[in-house]
Amino acid sequence: MTAVAPAPARRTLRNPRAMARWGVVLALVALILFGWARYDNFLSEYNILSFLRYNSMFALIALGMCFVIITGGIDLSVGGVAALGSVVAAYASGYGLAAGVAAGTGAGLLAGLINGLVVTRLKIAPFIATLAMMLAAYGTALLLAGNQSVSVSWDTAFITFGQNDFLGFPIPAWVMLAAFVIGWVVLEHRPIGRRILAVGGSEDASRLMGLSVETILTGVYMASGALAGLAGVILAAQFGAGQPTEGVGWELFAIASVVVGGTLLTGGVGSVAATFAGAMLLALLFNVLNFENGKGWISLSAYWQSVIRGAFLLLFVLIQARIATGEEDD
Amino acid sequence: MALVAMHGIRKAFNAVPALVDASLEIEPGEVMALVGQNGAGKSTMIKILTGAYRRDEGTLTFDGRPVDFPNPGAAQDAGISTIYQEINLVPHRSVAENVFLGREPTRLGFIDWRRMNREAEAALARFNVSVDVQAPLSTFNAATRQMVAIARAVSRKARLVVMDESTSSLDEREVATLFDTIRTLKRDGVSVLFVSHRLDELYAVCDRVTIMRDGATIGVHPMSAITKMDLVTAMLGRALAAAEHRLHDAPPHKAGAPIVEAAGLARGRRLRDVDLAVHSGEVVALAGLLGSGRTETARVLFGADRPEAGSLKLDGRDVAFGEPSEAIEAGFGFLSEDRKIEGIIPDMSVAENLTLALMPRLAKAGVIDRAAQREVVNRFIRRLGIKLASPDQKIRELSGGNQQKVLLARWLAMNPRLLIVDEPTRGIDVGAKADVLTMIRELAGAGLGVVMVSSELEEIISLADRVTVLSDGRSVRDLHAGEIDETSIMAAMASDVPTTGAPHG
Repeated sequence: MTAVAPAPARRTLRNPRAMARWGVVLALVALILFGWARYDNFLSEYNILSFLRYNSMFALIALGMCFVIITGGIDLSVGGVAALGSVVAAYASGYGLAAGVAAGTGAGLLAGLINGLVVTRLKIAPFIATLAMMLAAYGTALLLAGNQSVSVSWDTAFITFGQNDFLGFPIPAWVMLAAFVIGWVVLEHRPIGRRILAVGGSEDASRLMGLSVETILTGVYMASGALAGLAGVILAAQFGAGQPTEGVGWELFAIASVVVGGTLLTGGVGSVAATFAGAMLLALLFNVLNFENGKGWISLSAYWQSVIRGAFLLLFVLIQARIATGEEDD
Repeated sequence: MALVAMHGIRKAFNAVPALVDASLEIEPGEVMALVGQNGAGKSTMIKILTGAYRRDEGTLTFDGRPVDFPNPGAAQDAGISTIYQEINLVPHRSVAENVFLGREPTRLGFIDWRRMNREAEAALARFNVSVDVQAPLSTFNAATRQMVAIARAVSRKARLVVMDESTSSLDEREVATLFDTIRTLKRDGVSVLFVSHRLDELYAVCDRVTIMRDGATIGVHPMSAITKMDLVTAMLGRALAAAEHRLHDAPPHKAGAPIVEAAGLARGRRLRDVDLAVHSGEVVALAGLLGSGRTETARVLFGADRPEAGSLKLDGRDVAFGEPSEAIEAGFGFLSEDRKIEGIIPDMSVAENLTLALMPRLAKAGVIDRAAQREVVNRFIRRLGIKLASPDQKIRELSGGNQQKVLLARWLAMNPRLLIVDEPTRGIDVGAKADVLTMIRELAGAGLGVVMVSSELEEIISLADRVTVLSDGRSVRDLHAGEIDETSIMAAMASDVPTTGAPHG
């Protein structure tokens, strides 16, 4: 039996998912060039660094979401978990930087563990399980915070985690880059990464092949929770307060980043690098709209910006879907 | 001492017993056949042995020790490798990843891709399969995927390899390669549990046979001491004899006017030049090796793919189906090869599955007429002898044979003029097989045109009025009644096969 064996180079070109991934990179580059050509300070050090500092939170959440979506699940709780993480971190910040980071991330990890157990042991659909966790996390955050924002300790080094630079680069951006590099290595080069992809591709087959599906799924939700908690830590450190009402809509940003990166919502296929590009693309769109407002030609309210982002997202996913089906007809 | 000893096994699903008193013993280095009708409990038995199900009662010892595998991983670690009936691999992942999933070779904790790809290639080379192991599994056909599953199981250095219907998607050469492997395993002292509906295969490769019926083990015999007839009789009782009788008693057909005439159909590399005609009341079999273009022809006929060249005539008029819905409109039905993926909706009821295509006709002002639906469902359940607890049962709870009958009923309810059936008896037991074939024969007798794609010569010979033989994407011969026998079909199939490389993949 001889099977069709296209040359490796051609395979990439013929693979619609790979094309979608290149699409997001191309769009990102195009948007950067557009901004550079149109706005004076677009590529200024200040804009780049503050962009990375602020958007590192969203990118971290998108990374966790990428893993969850690869398994065929979804994590709607990330916004609430980030809010909870920021409150817990703010309270713990008095004990020092490490305590604040560990407490906020740990709160997220715990929420993720519960998500994972509810999904795997109680067999509740991820959509419902994490929706419940979103409500629970916001509720817990508000209870802990007494319905107001919680100031972080200014006596410890905690705020440096959000506000300082390291080697001329914002610390949150370093954290984000480290997380993505680790995420990429895990997914592409560690056995567990291939198993996560396998579980997403076919849970039944994976189970019959001897994989511990429940453990893998629980681990993925824990990772997503921990990353959301970490995003909450950055939120608290950056703005000096734990914010129990922040994070609304973050899950949608994360899902959009993952989808724009060509990851299948049905699971089994996904890319960490493309998710990064997707998160940067969506964030940059906001940045560009801000600059456009600054030019004074038009004045778009935040609401209009949201509409434009929605339309852009739809358009992008539509184009990707066209590319994918066009290829499959081949 | 037996490697595997299972005794007094009981298992029930939702209080419906699947196994009542099943036993199985396999000696080291022995190839044991496990046979029985669908629903006899073979698959359940295997899944208990391999840790996919937990037994309710009974004892299981492996290598002399009582064991209770909590999950398939535990059974694999103990040395039991399984190739399941439905190919259980991950389509999006590469061939190499599928072979090594769960035990990837690593260096310093990182996957050693080069070693993994090299070893996957070597594992497949044992079966004369040469593929790009880095390509996603989904880019390969069922036979290749099956070989990947086999390579995965065998490369684990297991003490027992379980093969549940592993040959159902393989062609004869691949089966021969598999048998060689089984003999090698046997020589190395590895035991094999072999499940197949093809009796010839059992005689070719097995030492002993365990026969199951209605959830119980009813006999264990050396293969050399039991005749085929006795084996079948033990499996089915007298059911088969009656079914065979019906099949041969069917009145000789009278072909009517042509329904479809296709000439020069071509699409891609798989379908190069196929002529085909089907008259009403006629069963036309498409014969050929795997990859010879049989399924591709069927898909083009049904409008699932567009031909790149060639003409298609319906009732003498040129027609081009853009989509299956247009073919359905014209009175075509298509029973696909892959029940699980393209046919059934597992979590919907039998009644809903059966009337899925019929829904628009059952609706009155947009509302499904439940009484009419029930009437249709009951009629076909009776007519096809579908065995079920209730029409509201989920279809996934039915045996493969009964699922196939429901799918057949789905199309029959549409009152089609032409029915295309792709491997109608794949993975279903001998009894249900006879039922399905008899049904097809009767339908043709009532004026339906049937195109049957089949790998089983026996099936073709017993059923077809005419055989169109395909080879390498071309129709190479048309055999008419009187010329249809094993020799002539095989000769035609082999007529155009290149000697180097294979025509399919």
